[in-house]
Amino acid sequence: MSPRAAWRLESLGFAEVYDYAAGEADWLAFGLPSEGSEAATPRADAVARRDVPTCALDDRLGDVKARVEATGWDECVVVNQAGVVLGRLRRPALDGDAGTPVDEVMESGPTTVRPDEALASLVPRLRDKGVGRILVTTPDGRLVGLVARDAAERALAEHGSTEEDHG
Amino acid sequence: MPIEIQRDDVRRLVAGGAQLVDVLPAEEYEAEHIAGAVNLPLKELTREAAARLDRNRPVVVYCWDLQ
Repeated sequence: MSPRAAWRLESLGFAEVYDYAAGEADWLAFGLPSEGSEAATPRADAVARRDVPTCALDDRLGDVKARVEATGWDECVVVNQAGVVLGRLRRPALDGDAGTPVDEVMESGPTTVRPDEALASLVPRLRDKGVGRILVTTPDGRLVGLVARDAAERALAEHGSTEEDHG
Repeated sequence: MPIEIQRDDVRRLVAGGAQLVDVLPAEEYEAEHIAGAVNLPLKELTREAAARLDRNRPVVVYCWDLQ
């Protein structure tokens, strides 16, 4: 649709026309700002904890564990230099031999969701699968944060009560 | 010839004064659109409608996705 619109505008005398072909779906998937009646829909991006610890493939478990515990967390997301998620390190793997490289014990290819996923659809799915926390990444795999199911449930409940107040 | 661009290009062009145009139907625009976009649905893209835009500034158009 947008290529035709771009060509049409050009035919109408617009000299500099660009086509953002990936469109609104791409924009929202990266958690970028939107407006409109549904823009306030609570989404994963809004409740994702950005402070989840990260580590690299060649980090040693002992160092990672110390860093994770110092920040009050019990897990770490394994990322590369570009911030792309490669794995996830949780207990009991985190409690392994201190000299072991993360690469050897991490969970590879963890499940992720996009920043624009509506909590109304995400929360029931997490409940059904018994998942307590899930990672949020952009479509190109970069870490946004971690969503805890209880935080998502609270946000959804608060949004529901706000809607009722305004209804 | 229109030039296909990516997300970062959109941000750069809009910051530089480009006009961002959502060409989806009005009800879809009203539900949600990229912040700062105006609505000019493809089906209503006539010479008169396009007069809302400034011909002297770049225009970035978008719809939902590649389809």
